[in-house]
Amino acid sequence: MTDKMNGTKPPKMEERLYQNRYMVDEGRPHVRIEHQRGGDSPELRALVNICPAGCYRLNEEGRVEVAPDGCMECGTCRIVCQATGELEWSYPRGGYGILFKFG
Amino acid sequence: MPEHFDAIVVGAGPSGNAAAYTMGKAGLNVLQIDRGEYPGSKNVQGAILYADALERMIPDFRETAPLERHVVEQRFWMLDETSHTGTHHRSDSFNEEKPNRYTILRAQFDKWFSKQVRDAGVTLITETTVTELVRNAEGKVIGVLTDREGGPVYADVVVLGEGVNGLVAQRSGLRPELRPQHVALAVKETHFLPEDTIRERFNLSDENEGVVIEVLGSVSSGMVGTGFLYTNKESISIGVGCLVSDFAEKQIPPYELLDRFKSHPSVRPLLKGSEMKEYVAHLIPEGGYDAIPNLTGDGWLIVGDAGQFVNAVHREGSNLAMTTGRIAAECLVRLKAEGLPATEENLKIYRDALEESFVLKDLKKYRKIPKLLERNRQLFTTYPAFINRSMQAFLRVDGRDKKTKEAEILRGLKRARGGWLRVATDMVKVARAWR
Repeated sequence: MTDKMNGTKPPKMEERLYQNRYMVDEGRPHVRIEHQRGGDSPELRALVNICPAGCYRLNEEGRVEVAPDGCMECGTCRIVCQATGELEWSYPRGGYGILFKFG
Repeated sequence: MPEHFDAIVVGAGPSGNAAAYTMGKAGLNVLQIDRGEYPGSKNVQGAILYADALERMIPDFRETAPLERHVVEQRFWMLDETSHTGTHHRSDSFNEEKPNRYTILRAQFDKWFSKQVRDAGVTLITETTVTELVRNAEGKVIGVLTDREGGPVYADVVVLGEGVNGLVAQRSGLRPELRPQHVALAVKETHFLPEDTIRERFNLSDENEGVVIEVLGSVSSGMVGTGFLYTNKESISIGVGCLVSDFAEKQIPPYELLDRFKSHPSVRPLLKGSEMKEYVAHLIPEGGYDAIPNLTGDGWLIVGDAGQFVNAVHREGSNLAMTTGRIAAECLVRLKAEGLPATEENLKIYRDALEESFVLKDLKKYRKIPKLLERNRQLFTTYPAFINRSMQAFLRVDGRDKKTKEAEILRGLKRARGGWLRVATDMVKVARAWR
């Protein structure tokens, strides 16, 4: 992908992550949301904006959903939501997940 | 494979590799476990390699290590929306026989380092995630459990070089969870360009000379953070990092921050025509001395990022990682030679040795900096903007007299900070925290 910064718009998240190598552990997501009654916390909702891989989205009901296939395993969401108990976070099984080419 | 090892090292980054290498060379029976496909595949850094820390273990590393460029020039930029003002230090003395700093690509470098570790006799298992520590009835750590079948693996001591998240130690109750104000989230892209294009754009003599640019100001959009741009042989590493607590509060997408940085008029021409081949994100422990967790206990110790060993002011981390890994290993080799067990009491020599080294001396020197930055956002906003405005007024010739223009600029700063007392206080605060 040629850099799109020269006069046109920035790359979409899909284009950005397309450059990365992943070994997705099908059917075994390493990040899960445990929705609390009474709605999502502001911390969880913040992840829609600040997850660097854009793994978090609002669904049609306005609840936060996670699809961690593009996750870069940084741990930001885990730290932001540590007090709310809404995230179940572990590293992917050995060998799975992101595989950095240059790091 | 024997069931019992002298030591198990969790992680194959700079700290784990340094620890495993040092123990392996001393003849200890070491098992190292990494969750990546190969060592380096889960690891991220800017990345600058500081030769000294590696040289103390592998003096001839330059002959075989995958190094990009040695750094001959350091630029420091204060950024506003349209300008940068800065200092450059370039010196031919950096073109020495054994250069002091190199740019590297971590995934490749770690692979090389790991080869040296295995050549030193260490047993490495990859694609394996350590899930928890195993303890005996007295609570002493005696091994680890992994996500592989086959039960626990035992050792006299477990060296936790597991990286910034420190999940194993944390979930074993050895350390508290990281606080959002103690870690920065950094995002980075690797942009490829022909080698000679990089040479020309950065005014370099050959494919071995490199430039480092560190950036403060509008690059962090009011958050506590910095940007960077490093030249590799055929690529440029460009990134920006800010405190997780700030991202959570401001809710600015990190990649948008990076895109803004890339499109800044001072940066855009440097990247023109480049091809982006990787986008990464990683946490950097920036809490400093006061955020360092307990480093030792019965049967375990912590090295590298997991111990918050990063000097954020000087952008040093991998050298602290290697040094803490090496020192920890030297302590364990000593205990082994003396026939002493790795108890909490006996492992105190590790903390003592770190206090005597540059690692804790430097972190102690800057221990007030993290709080200072967190409480004084003006250092990232008002001052860089003021410096750029001042330079504009100084350089522009527009028929107005200099005295009037100077007065305007100073009034601007006074207004922005709400009085001269505040400006004076800022200076004193910075000077004090720096001491």
